[in-house]
Amino acid sequence: MCGTCGCSDGNQTTITGEQGDHVHVLPDGTVVRHSHDHDQEHAHDHEHQHAHAHEGGHRHHAYGPEAHGATAAIRSDTTVEPLEVQILAKNDRLAERNRGWFAGRNVTAVNLMSSPGSGKTTLLERTLREVERPVSVLEGDQETPFDAERIRATGAPVVQINTGKGCHLEAEMIWHGLQTLKPKADSLLFVENVGNLVCPALFDLGEAAKVVVFSTTEGEDKPLKYPHMFRVADLVLINKIDLIPHLDFDEARALEAIAQVNPSARILQVSAKTGAGMKAWYDWLDATSPVLREATA
Amino acid sequence: MHELAITRNIVAIVDEKAAGRAVRRVRLQVGRLSGVEVKAIEFCYELCAEGTSLEGSELVVEEIEGAGRCVQCGERVPLERPVAVCPCPERATLSIEAGEELLVKEMEIN
Repeated sequence: MCGTCGCSDGNQTTITGEQGDHVHVLPDGTVVRHSHDHDQEHAHDHEHQHAHAHEGGHRHHAYGPEAHGATAAIRSDTTVEPLEVQILAKNDRLAERNRGWFAGRNVTAVNLMSSPGSGKTTLLERTLREVERPVSVLEGDQETPFDAERIRATGAPVVQINTGKGCHLEAEMIWHGLQTLKPKADSLLFVENVGNLVCPALFDLGEAAKVVVFSTTEGEDKPLKYPHMFRVADLVLINKIDLIPHLDFDEARALEAIAQVNPSARILQVSAKTGAGMKAWYDWLDATSPVLREATA
Repeated sequence: MHELAITRNIVAIVDEKAAGRAVRRVRLQVGRLSGVEVKAIEFCYELCAEGTSLEGSELVVEEIEGAGRCVQCGERVPLERPVAVCPCPERATLSIEAGEELLVKEMEIN
């Protein structure tokens, strides 16, 4: 028996891992995991089981074996307060503030996300040169200003947000960036997120659309490996199609992989280097823009 | 490692609600399709809780299994990954019903 939490005979508890991590499978199939250090030396390679039923509030493991009766009771000197708060509520609120800021100025914000090396900055450079409307950039990068310098060379206003060790942009960083960048009314704003196919997927920035850039050199199964990112995409840009003749890139498999995680995503194939397919991308940007939507309505 | 940002949010939410009272335990619901690693939250928790009313508190995470419902056949399909296509012959879209939770459920205070 575990001397700290008292887990012992009973049902459906296993201990896994080295740090006293517990996984409970409750009768309804819910899996509960928690951990605490065990102050007694004992092997953790066995399955051991609980005597108490998990129901309702799941009062798990008040410290000490005495808490484990037939039903683990709340200790009388504590009170449970329900919170029911979304963990990302604050970011979502700030994203809504950004969205209002964009709407008030008719700025269309596009959040560009990809893994490092997908050609996102090259794509952006070409887009900034070829799009015929006011456009500015918020450039997210972990440390260096190189990408922002490349963008600045196109003549577009750019503000760099250095996230330091942060792996993604959050709504609050966008808000601060906007105060410095001050995008023009009726303009297009690109947010170049940190090169990362995991973390940025979770953080709403208040953008009008999320675009994931995925290059032919990355392998067709990338959407399946990073489903969270591809799931949130409004548009997937398959970049570097000029390299297809030199690669084993299976286009049908790539399209199928995207469709498996996000059947409603638009997919466009482009080469930011040669310019192939870029026209369709500009048309998509126009269609996403509230300016043109109003004009054609 | 967005879990560090996630964990900071958890601590900030609870610390504000606790309003100076000592927190003994925090309970979360994290869906298996949420894109958040429970292990990484647990790793960050103690550090983030330091110096707040959550210091020394226990974190209990209830993981919610993923499930989607097919828009064509209506079948509820258990999901280990956020895949959006039903295995039914129509290969129709699945709307995800469970597994995306990222919720601070409750806190236990002294």
